[in-house]
Amino acid sequence: MAIEANGKTFETDEEGYLANLNEWEPEVATAMALAEDCPLTDEHWDIINFLREYYEEYQIAPAVRVLTKAVGKKLGKDKGNSKYLYELFPYGPGKQACKYAGLPKPTGCV
Amino acid sequence: MADYEIPETHEFPIIPSIMEGAMAHSAPFVASEEFQTAMGFPSGAETGQLIDGWKEKFLELLEEKLGKYRSLQVFMDTCVKCGACTDKCHYFIGTADPKNMPVARQDLIRKIYRRYFTFAGKFFGKLGIPGFVGAAELTEEAVREMYSYYHQCSECRRCAVFCPFGIDTAEVTMAARDILSMIGMGQKYSNQIIPKIHKIGNNLGLPEAALADTLEGLEEEIEDETGVKVRLPLDEKGADILLVTPSADFFAEPHVDGLMGYAKVFHAAGVSWTISSLASEAANFGLFIGNYEAMRNISLRIRDEAKRLGVKRIIFGECGHAWRVAYNHLNTLAGPWDFLDQNYPIPQHILEFTKDCLDRDILNIDKSENDHMTLTFHDSCNIARASRIGEEPGSQFTTPREVIKAVCNNFHDMPIETIHDQTFCCGGGGGLLTDDLMELRIKGALPRMEALKNTVAEKGVTHMAAICAICKSQFTKVLPYYGMTMDQIVSVHQLVSSAIILEGQGEEAEESDDAEESA
Ligand code: SF4
Ligand code: SF4
Repeated sequence: MAIEANGKTFETDEEGYLANLNEWEPEVATAMALAEDCPLTDEHWDIINFLREYYEEYQIAPAVRVLTKAVGKKLGKDKGNSKYLYELFPYGPGKQACKYAGLPKPTGCV
Repeated sequence: MADYEIPETHEFPIIPSIMEGAMAHSAPFVASEEFQTAMGFPSGAETGQLIDGWKEKFLELLEEKLGKYRSLQVFMDTCVKCGACTDKCHYFIGTADPKNMPVARQDLIRKIYRRYFTFAGKFFGKLGIPGFVGAAELTEEAVREMYSYYHQCSECRRCAVFCPFGIDTAEVTMAARDILSMIGMGQKYSNQIIPKIHKIGNNLGLPEAALADTLEGLEEEIEDETGVKVRLPLDEKGADILLVTPSADFFAEPHVDGLMGYAKVFHAAGVSWTISSLASEAANFGLFIGNYEAMRNISLRIRDEAKRLGVKRIIFGECGHAWRVAYNHLNTLAGPWDFLDQNYPIPQHILEFTKDCLDRDILNIDKSENDHMTLTFHDSCNIARASRIGEEPGSQFTTPREVIKAVCNNFHDMPIETIHDQTFCCGGGGGLLTDDLMELRIKGALPRMEALKNTVAEKGVTHMAAICAICKSQFTKVLPYYGMTMDQIVSVHQLVSSAIILEGQGEEAEESDDAEESA
């Protein structure tokens, strides 16, 4: 599988996650989101950017409480919960947002 | 939510009219060479292709298993087609596909067994009419059908409860999956996960630094909420207890609320405990893929960590199949455990620990903290039908309920034919908790969803508690498809966590009110 963005072709796995994580560009996120009918707003980008920063440091997506806490601190308490995150990413912040952000899919019993 | 045909729920369970081939299209992604190799399994020229000489290999492995596992041989021979199991599988009830009847699922491999390992099968096979004695040729098509339908079984053993001979389809599924792995048809989901356990320490691939950061965040959360410093220690040598819990407890909701519950119980009981970064996973997917070696290696690293950290006891967190493996096999797989304190069960379940604390009345409980909920309890299949929690027969049913009732005022059970040893699988067990099987997961959840919905309507139940990471994740995903909400599933220790009043808690309540809201 592959996705077109920024005039280039990016290889993805069976589930639509970027095959080479370091190829990621913001346009990849935009293209993935459009394909899933989830146009990205600034609110989405706040999450995507945080995911990428966290991944850079820890080599894994943040746990849900790490994410909600960080979001709460940055965007206000009313947004620091998974309800807000699911409103933005209805397929689940863990999986959908990670995909757009170019992170590997969290695996296991989640 | 994606578009799936959601089965209708009814006031009373309905056995569907059969729909031939309704789920023939369902199959999880096959593991690529990368994931097969990491497991030591062979791959074909391309992902999803069979290896050269697959047919001989298949029959060789089947023969070996029949010799090694007496039960498999008995299961192959004894089915009398009485039909008692046919309508007992949640995947049949939810999909109406007759190949999801347990007996039909067994027959996929039984007909190969008959053709190649029984006199009648060989005889009529040579005449070109193997079907005459329920035998069939081993073709690539037959293999692909097995891959599909052996990944529509959650190894829950419900069918075995009703079979007069106790034929356990779960065991047949495990044998079949193991053979499939060895001819190039391993499942991506499980095979991608297992190596992470050895490389990083858990199914998620959560490295030590991230785990430490996560635990620290949870300590802060508890302190914000209660004003009490409760620790979630990592890799602490010399601690008395090693907690082995599913990594979903660190990562997902409502699992994490359960984890904070264990921490509070340990804190209140005054015991020293630790999590190990290298054994930060209770799950053992070796069971799901039917591979003894994988199961053993996963268990052995718990032993290594228990030794390295010098603990005296091992306690397992809320995880169904992990407890099945631990309760039944930990000693055979990774024993002897002579270096642990023999005065405690080896291993022990967290509910046994908490129940004991409640019985000894050493926890300060305010049940009214859970008054905004009316609970019911989902028995996880691996706990209900393959283990005990406590010492008495049936204590795996009573212990969790007694703990829930000790911390909640409102509790009602779902109908008796859907709980205890007749419990229905959540629909995502046995290595099927993957997005590529979402249709199957939604449909397989039907009987549980129906029972829950009816109990909500009749008894005013608002939440369902569970003690398995897979059940919790599965329900979080499927509840919305059945018109309920994802937060209606809770961890049992989440209920304990809310009701427990720690020493010193609330002394700074006024100041911490704000923090509480944000938590
Ligand atoms: S073990 Fe469970 S999922 Fe498998 S066939 Fe039996 S009832 Fe169905
Ligand atoms: S209940 Fe047992 S004997 Fe009867 S059809 Fe099912 S597997 Fe065969």
